[in-house]
Amino acid sequence: MTTATIDKAAPTRKVKYGSMSRDRAWALRWSYFFLVIFAIFFLTPPIYMFITSLKSSAEISAATNPWWVFHPTLENYAGLLTSNQFLRFFWNSAIVSIFVVTITMLISVPAAFALSRMRFWGSATLATGVFLTYLIPETLLFIPLFKMFAVIGDWTGIQLINKWYVLLILYPTLTVPFCTWIMIGYFASIPKELDEAAVIDGASWLQTLTRIFIPVAFPGIIAATIFAFTVSWAQFLYPLVFTTSTDQLVMPVGIITSLIKGDVFNWGQIMTGALLGAAPPLIIYAFLMDYYIAGLTAGATKG
Amino acid sequence: MADVALQPNRAAAQTARKRSSLHNALKRKSTVAFLMTLPLLLLIAALVIYPAFYAVHLATLNKSMQRFVGLSNFEFLFKRETFWLVVKQSCIFAITAVIFKAVLGFIIAHFVHNIPAKGQRKWRGMLLVPWVIPPAMSTLAWLWLFDPSYSAFNYTLSFFGIGPIPWTGDAMWARFSVILVNIWVGAPFFMIMYLAALKSVPEQLYEAAAIDGANWWQRIWYVTLPMMRNIIAITTLFSLIVTFANFDIVRILTAGGPLDQTHIFATWAFRIGIEGSDIPLGASVSLFMVPILAVAAIFILRDISKRGNEA
Amino acid sequence: MADVTLRKVVKRYDEVEAVRGIDLDIADHEFVVLVGPSGCGKSTTLRMIAGLEDISDGDIMIGGDVVNDVPPKDRDIAMVFQNYALYPHMTVAENMSFGLRLKRYPKAEIKSRVDEAARMLDIVELVDRKPKQLSGGQRQRVAMGRAIVRNPKVFLFDEPLSNLDAKLRVQMRIEIKKVHQKVRTTTVYVTHDQVEAMTLADRVVVMNHGRIEQIGTPNELYHKPATKFVASFIGSPAMNFVPCRLEDLAGKLHVRLTDRIAFPLPPARAARYQGIPRADKLLLGLRPEHITEAKPHPEPGVEAFQTVLDVTEPMGMETLIYFTLEGAQVCGRVNPNAGAQDGAPLRLAVDLNNMHLLNEVTGVVL
Repeated sequence: MTTATIDKAAPTRKVKYGSMSRDRAWALRWSYFFLVIFAIFFLTPPIYMFITSLKSSAEISAATNPWWVFHPTLENYAGLLTSNQFLRFFWNSAIVSIFVVTITMLISVPAAFALSRMRFWGSATLATGVFLTYLIPETLLFIPLFKMFAVIGDWTGIQLINKWYVLLILYPTLTVPFCTWIMIGYFASIPKELDEAAVIDGASWLQTLTRIFIPVAFPGIIAATIFAFTVSWAQFLYPLVFTTSTDQLVMPVGIITSLIKGDVFNWGQIMTGALLGAAPPLIIYAFLMDYYIAGLTAGATKG
Repeated sequence: MADVALQPNRAAAQTARKRSSLHNALKRKSTVAFLMTLPLLLLIAALVIYPAFYAVHLATLNKSMQRFVGLSNFEFLFKRETFWLVVKQSCIFAITAVIFKAVLGFIIAHFVHNIPAKGQRKWRGMLLVPWVIPPAMSTLAWLWLFDPSYSAFNYTLSFFGIGPIPWTGDAMWARFSVILVNIWVGAPFFMIMYLAALKSVPEQLYEAAAIDGANWWQRIWYVTLPMMRNIIAITTLFSLIVTFANFDIVRILTAGGPLDQTHIFATWAFRIGIEGSDIPLGASVSLFMVPILAVAAIFILRDISKRGNEA
Repeated sequence: MADVTLRKVVKRYDEVEAVRGIDLDIADHEFVVLVGPSGCGKSTTLRMIAGLEDISDGDIMIGGDVVNDVPPKDRDIAMVFQNYALYPHMTVAENMSFGLRLKRYPKAEIKSRVDEAARMLDIVELVDRKPKQLSGGQRQRVAMGRAIVRNPKVFLFDEPLSNLDAKLRVQMRIEIKKVHQKVRTTTVYVTHDQVEAMTLADRVVVMNHGRIEQIGTPNELYHKPATKFVASFIGSPAMNFVPCRLEDLAGKLHVRLTDRIAFPLPPARAARYQGIPRADKLLLGLRPEHITEAKPHPEPGVEAFQTVLDVTEPMGMETLIYFTLEGAQVCGRVNPNAGAQDGAPLRLAVDLNNMHLLNEVTGVVL
């Protein structure tokens, strides 16, 4: 081909700089090094929970190397999984969480749909307002709510204190705002042309919601569901305040109040209980990690 | 002929229209929309906004809630040394923890962002675990790790000749432990948020900066941080509020001890209001969070909206 | 200012070779355009010159120094990106001066350079605005300003006009050419648009599948393409290719297109193609402007024939005609009043003085 080849002498290689690809390789090695350190920091407690759960009480009090199990045993697991009390805690948590998730989605999804799609008077302020309610923490509200429910109990005879179903009323205040916010983000990202096509095809607003939006925003719905479940399962303050009898307790409170009897701490059982208590969110996370993370960041990057 | 024929039709049409106006009102967009948001509004009004104001009312009553005592609950608190201790501890606790969480989260996010995309998912998964585990459960694990007699940390440290540390027994160490656990639980949240934000910065901006002559920290300072200002502000605000109002960690780890040296608003309010059965006083304590939170919120939100107008 | 040399540059991604051995010499002050379809390796090559991609094999030299391992910031180059890559939180002036501020140039110098570049690009009123307040064309100018201000050895352009609408593209092309006339920096410009290549370049490098197909001035590439790829890539509407064979008829060399159409070759061409085996499958390459309406007194080398038109496209100053020959769709350009009509027959003439003969199998121009 036509190239004006300029005859040059052998190229002079001024070795002033290190190789760029070598620099990049070193940057990568340092990244992995620090990531391993952070991973150790983050994963030590759960791993330690697991190690301890396999130890018998004897081995724990023998104060041998705490980081290793010499005589692994499943007696802690057997003990808890056959304990009616423990199973009661698990059951209560499960029921409460499932109900709360359902209630949350039933409230959030229509609200999010209305706020993101149907421009009505005040919708923008309402959407921001929903977000702002998160700024009123539960630790502010638990005392007045306690009093309120006691008063309602006296007036109407409906027992609200020390009943697990009162949590069904309370937990949504923690889950609904954020779930609504997540769903608003997902709904807003659905192109308007889809609604218009549906309207032309003859769909009412409700039909548009159920037949078009929900299927298309399904990942968002999953993310919101996971979030609602995780928050419900992990609640500690509200159940601690509002439920006191053993058979009304949910997992977090149950484990702490019942397994810690007086000054005797059966750490093997406690750690097993804690691990079993942490299991459902962890399992969901392991399988649905991407939805989990998408739910968290959906709010952030969109708003 | 035509007029006569039209009359009865028109009358029929009028009555039909009257009957269906309610029907139409229901079908109108704004009504449906309002109905759809009604449960949300009711929930928040009844269980968030009303209790907040009720708390103010409660704070003005005496212990048995029979008499109106105005601001005397607050006067009582202001004179108590423990109260000011709680204020100081809450603020130090929140600010320290949030700063460390944010910085740690930012650093980790960068490292995760640097490794090839295939591995990122795995590492991200591992590093988010503290946030997935219910804080109450993981705090139990820390409690065991800090146990005065059997602490695994002390066991390991003893090999380096470092004496047993009273993680929850000594005031300073207890505060350290509480902050440490809080950082442990919260840093992954920052990491995941910052990672998403990092990914949203166009790669070409970094390339342009590289060509313009920026080294790695100049790229972070001039490109990354400005682009992430909004996210940093929002996550910081979120976290300040959540950390400030934290209950689980302190309650389980130290229950406010030793000697009230780790009490924060939430745990002290619980001690006074529920355990001590003095609801109005407990409400007063909780309420004191509001002005502090409001000030922080105003500062940060103002910063966000200012950036929003610029960006 | 500096020259740029690429010697046997290769870029490998895992197993795939995106760039397969490029040799290129770009002289000082030259404006070279790398052009080719998507995926041909032109952007990758540009990014290797910039230092944004590692070089798998070969050497790249800027101003006589091998820069393989030199990071971008030390190569003294400036780049204009397709998406402008302006820093959104900085004003126009801050965007343009960023590189200089990093290198701690004195404030007075920075100001004078920015002012001069702004004046050259006609963006003086915009210097205090943020990128989001600017239109696409204005942003592109700011991106160019950022490059000019650095006064580098080489300008690199990565498809800078692809995001602009057609009219703006024409305008910016002229701007870029004017800037080059003024500033005379060595420029490597990447585009997939052959019109940009032809109008801007001193020399054009046509790339395909990671290799250079041909390097030459726009005229050379247009009139003397070396391969079928170059011939069909350059020029719009594209060159026509009709399957044909060489035939000896009545003592003269003919090119046979169909059973009924065989054109005698002009003497110069006949001499050139004499040695080609008559059995070879060939392609006749003719640009549309060389297929016109038959004129009463044709020049030597221009042969007439009759055909039925499929479609006509009246463009105003000419009419494009489309017809089919041996299964191939052919495009020609006729005078608007030549009587061309959809579906009607027309007497056309081909100018064989400007024909190209290609080997159908190898794609090489003979």
